[in-house]
Amino acid sequence: MSALENLPDTDHGLLRFLTCGSVDDGKSTLIGRLLFDTKTILADTLHAIEKTSAKRGMTAVDLSLLTDGLQAEREQGITIDVAYRYFSTGTRKYIIADAPGHEQYTRNMVTAASTANLAIILVDARKGVLTQTRRHSYLASLVGIPHLVVAVNKMDLVDYDEAVFERIKADYLAFGAKLGIKDVRFIPLSALNGDMIVDRGERLSWYDGPTLLEILETVPAAHTEQAENFRFPVQFVCRPHDSANPELHDYRGFMGRVESGEIAIGDAVTVLPSGRISSVRDIQIGGVSQLRAIHEQSVTLLLADEIDISRGDMIVKSAEQPQALKEIDATMCWLSETPMSPARTYLLRHTTREVKAKIAKIDYRLDVNTLEHEPVTTLAMNDIANLTLKLAQPVFADPYTDNRATGAFIVIDESTNNTVGAGMIR
Amino acid sequence: MSTLTRQTLTHLDWLEAEAIHILREVAGQCSNPVLLFSGGKDSICMLRLAEKAFRPGRFPFPLMHIDTGHNYKEVTDFRDKRAAELGERLIVRSVEDSMARGTVVLKTPDESRNKHQSVTLLEAIEEFGFNACIGGARRDEEKARAKERIMSFRDEFGQWDPKNQRPELWNLFNARSHKGENIRAFPISNWTELDVWQYIEREQLELPSIYFAHVRPVVRKNGLLQPVTDVTPAKPGDVVENVQVRFRTVGDITCTAPVESDADTVAKILLETATTTITERGATRMDDQTSDASMEQRKKEGYF
Repeated sequence: MSALENLPDTDHGLLRFLTCGSVDDGKSTLIGRLLFDTKTILADTLHAIEKTSAKRGMTAVDLSLLTDGLQAEREQGITIDVAYRYFSTGTRKYIIADAPGHEQYTRNMVTAASTANLAIILVDARKGVLTQTRRHSYLASLVGIPHLVVAVNKMDLVDYDEAVFERIKADYLAFGAKLGIKDVRFIPLSALNGDMIVDRGERLSWYDGPTLLEILETVPAAHTEQAENFRFPVQFVCRPHDSANPELHDYRGFMGRVESGEIAIGDAVTVLPSGRISSVRDIQIGGVSQLRAIHEQSVTLLLADEIDISRGDMIVKSAEQPQALKEIDATMCWLSETPMSPARTYLLRHTTREVKAKIAKIDYRLDVNTLEHEPVTTLAMNDIANLTLKLAQPVFADPYTDNRATGAFIVIDESTNNTVGAGMIR
Repeated sequence: MSTLTRQTLTHLDWLEAEAIHILREVAGQCSNPVLLFSGGKDSICMLRLAEKAFRPGRFPFPLMHIDTGHNYKEVTDFRDKRAAELGERLIVRSVEDSMARGTVVLKTPDESRNKHQSVTLLEAIEEFGFNACIGGARRDEEKARAKERIMSFRDEFGQWDPKNQRPELWNLFNARSHKGENIRAFPISNWTELDVWQYIEREQLELPSIYFAHVRPVVRKNGLLQPVTDVTPAKPGDVVENVQVRFRTVGDITCTAPVESDADTVAKILLETATTTITERGATRMDDQTSDASMEQRKKEGYF
């Protein structure tokens, strides 16, 4: 694998993935190995970690040091926050969300997982499927990650024994089936020695599946292969008022990102909440027209009719309308050190829309380790609960399992402006 | 008119779409943002992204540069020219003015003014009442930046608290702040140095001449090439050489070093960037070499 010695002539887009595991699972070593073997690590960075490894009395270079970000973490020797890493193979660019593995785990993992399309779940070959493996898998499924790779690491410490790998695979499948993730793959590896990550190595000859990098290179980069409904939350309205250019007098551009689906000139659209109907007259990027726009593109839409539209409104295809909800049933993860106050009014942001929200009822808290339901009256940091929220104005939503963009929301505490909750509409 | 044939975006199109989305979120959520423009390559990309986000309208924010007074003339000339071409308002605030006011005090007359930009930046934020500063920083530049949010909250003193950052989920960015506080927004957080050069090539963006190979007097020090200029004259005993160099990053003269290179076009720079063995800041930044944590320390104090 020679990473970037040749500039890309094909572009397979960008894949965001997440690594789940604790320091002990060799997660940092795995990421370090991916960066190192794809030749992303440059000489001066390597030199710096060589120095640190030597200072700590290690004989080999500790690749896990590559992902230790902040001073506080370096002092404690643990990763305490989500960090993002980048590498490219020449055909595909990768963004790794590296989520840490101790008590703030749920919050950090939900954060990291929210933008990922693949999760690597690390299992220590000596320990097999643990409580945390179940927790990682449940959270990955909760946040709707479509592709899961169960990486059985530290195969070097079990003599690269195929029976160990097969036993872990069977254990995992026994509980994993309940989670409903369709694409789960298993791979034996040794991050320490680099077996089956970028190179196959020579000690896992009984395994004939793809290497980890081959999986990453070929998995679909899009969140879903299904056709999705067109959803266009309006972020900003462009009215140039440029007196020097009379052509722009009546220009009204509705700026936003195609959160899902696609749109073409001439398509019939409905604007929410007004319900006004029009059609797409033009689609522009930076004032330049194009015939259509697809999922994830940031564009400007011009409509055939003069309609009053502002930030927080949503443009959809008239034939594919979302639900207008003033009460939402959701699964929510509490993110703040300050517990939820059920009597308070919070601010809910859904797409570009902000509405006041109150807790109507909490059905139960879910134990992420046992998946058991527990009755609660409030939520503390890292709690995940099923609940109902009452909203001051409607939001235009789809179930999260159908649409990640219009099924998700965050909760903001207006006194601090902190983001305190993350929710998925059921 | 262009047509799209593929169902997913190329990596550059994806990065561009994300950056435009972030710029529009800042414009939609913050009443008084500003875009920091130095004339460097990352901020030149930012201007193109702002054009794509907001044209045919004007930018919903002015441009601002915090000038240490120790910038290369090629870069500040370019800065002024580019702002004029775009017809957008450019604010320049100077570290030298802060020195005259006594809010920046140098330990020694030849101390680098780079880290003191934070003071001038905070003064400008207060002067104009900005509640969001948009910058071209990237997470791949430095370890402390790898954990920075795209919308990064700063308190009244401009301080960053890495242990108490707002969780950032999905594409739901929270750019809210109370009066006196502000948000630093980083639309190209997810770009690497190579992405930036690929974007410059694709968009055919013009750059200050010092990004391309040229002959310049330098002194070799601590593995870096220190340019010999009026601000950084050769000291007795220094061996001055004329070397063909280019800058990978431009900033304050006292802390930005060029690299040896004969790349005189964007295409050649791209090839060099793809095959280099030294990180961008490692090869070029004297200020990051002080300690493993020096960037983190400066950021906590309000640095960009």
